[in-house]
Amino acid sequence: MIEINKRNASMWSRIGIRAFYGQALSGIAAENPNVMAVSADLGRSSGLDRFSKEYPDQFLNSGIAEQNMVGVSAGLARMGFDVFASTFAPFASMRASEQVRMNMGYMHEPVKLVALGSGLAMGFLGNSHYGLEDLAVMRAIPGLTIISPADCAEVYKTLEACVGFEHPVYIRLTGAVSCPVVYTEDYAFEIGKAVWLREAQKITIISAGTTVGHCLKAAAALEEDGMNVGLLNMHTVKPLDHEAIAHAVQTSDTIFVVDEHTRIGGLGSAITDHIVEHHNMGVRLFCHGIDDRYVETGNYPFLLQKNGLDAAGIEAFIRTKLAL
Amino acid sequence: MNSNSVSADNIRRLIIETAAECGEAAHIGGSLSMVELLNILFGSVLRHRPAEPNWPDRDVFILSKGHAVLGYFAVLHAYGYFDREKLRTFQTNGSDLIAHPVKKYDLGIESSNGSLGQGLSFGLGMAIGMTKRQQDRRVYVLLGDGECNEGSVWETAALAGERGVSNLVAVIDENGFRNDGENSMYTRGPVIADVWRAFNWNVIEVDGHDTAQIETAFAAAHKCQEQPTAIVAKTIKGRGVSFMEANNDWHHNRITSKTLDEIIAELDG
Repeated sequence: MIEINKRNASMWSRIGIRAFYGQALSGIAAENPNVMAVSADLGRSSGLDRFSKEYPDQFLNSGIAEQNMVGVSAGLARMGFDVFASTFAPFASMRASEQVRMNMGYMHEPVKLVALGSGLAMGFLGNSHYGLEDLAVMRAIPGLTIISPADCAEVYKTLEACVGFEHPVYIRLTGAVSCPVVYTEDYAFEIGKAVWLREAQKITIISAGTTVGHCLKAAAALEEDGMNVGLLNMHTVKPLDHEAIAHAVQTSDTIFVVDEHTRIGGLGSAITDHIVEHHNMGVRLFCHGIDDRYVETGNYPFLLQKNGLDAAGIEAFIRTKLAL
Repeated sequence: MNSNSVSADNIRRLIIETAAECGEAAHIGGSLSMVELLNILFGSVLRHRPAEPNWPDRDVFILSKGHAVLGYFAVLHAYGYFDREKLRTFQTNGSDLIAHPVKKYDLGIESSNGSLGQGLSFGLGMAIGMTKRQQDRRVYVLLGDGECNEGSVWETAALAGERGVSNLVAVIDENGFRNDGENSMYTRGPVIADVWRAFNWNVIEVDGHDTAQIETAFAAAHKCQEQPTAIVAKTIKGRGVSFMEANNDWHHNRITSKTLDEIIAELDG
């Protein structure tokens, strides 16, 4: 068990999401011998070094073989282990997508597939390593739960909630080091239940993943200008929290969905599909994500800035659309 | 606990009759090639209880070459997992018994397959899990030699070989054909048994229709403590029906009533 407070949140932010994942899982494994970590040879890139040394019997390197990783993890899950299998997002969601479909979808084996470095977090490693289409691919697989935590505290909350959760989950980790802190105190986390970080207003933002922290900053900047903006952390991308969306639609004139993902098939698509099908469209809806192309490469802050997904970019997007 | 009370001829007859009954094209050639392998597995190798399919101490069988499911269903029926009426629902609308296995424990089906090259990794995970749980159980995965074209098979073969997972047995039904014809990858390329050997598996080569050889191979696999075992079984696709043998037209085909009469006459003869 860890304590969520300002000091820890700030320290975790410095460690970064990926390294924190491994550390957090070690803490969980210490209390739960049923937890297993499987890695497609990216243990050192995901803070699992310590895990593999301290709990060698609970760690398995599948080799640089993501399809095998998913199949083996499904077999371990069938044997009742709480399996957290991790590799970079495109390899988890696309290299092994058919194994995910057969094992986690069709057979519903409750593997927790952890997609490291999703979104633009892999920086200079380039588009081969970015997770910009993973939500689109994973969302299409029936039976998968998809969670995208907003910061390190929520990564911990997610892992904790996944132990003993009897369904397969795709855990999408965006963000790198120094991501904005969202949570500085403990809160109720429930899979499928979105969190209102700022109460719904005439203008409301819905986001998921570490983009939530940038949205929080953008909302604060807009507030200084007299604009009150609501913010919903839709940490569970599938299944969506329909109740929270209904509240947003009832309260707001304008909804922005912000997503570190191609605009095709991500959170924006999910929310748009739902609102169009289930609500009267008395609301303006704008989706802010990544263009349908391979993006220019640079470090993570540069990429967020270039794609308008840092706080300033999100704020500018909102101002531009409101001026229309 | 089990006995080879079921004859291979009887299983072949069930395959043919069921294929004819459904009136649809079915994967007949690859079902007929693995009959002896499956019959011995279910008759005297697997620890299983058809009347108690969820028995926690059971061994696990996975048909990774899922398209040959008709042969598997015939065997499951013959060993008492479900009755003849159920088998008659094969490839009928809404049935559990479709053209590939779909996980359903009550019917004795442990795994959903059909996408080739996936059963072995799932089986390896289970085998590792059984050892971690200190369970004396084993996993048997049946693959086709055509299926071994899939790269994912070799990802798993390498990991199982590296870890020496000895409660995992792969049975390769080497009938020499794939959908489009001869499986030239292992006739012009490497010898398939050599490939398994290269991945540090205990390889046993048998005639896949010779009961004694198959039984000896499973017994040897059971004794091997250091490596996973691959039983590479040379078989004849379409075995048992003269005009189907080594004739890839019967990879996936429909049996008409006229053809059925001919086959039954041959099987009875």
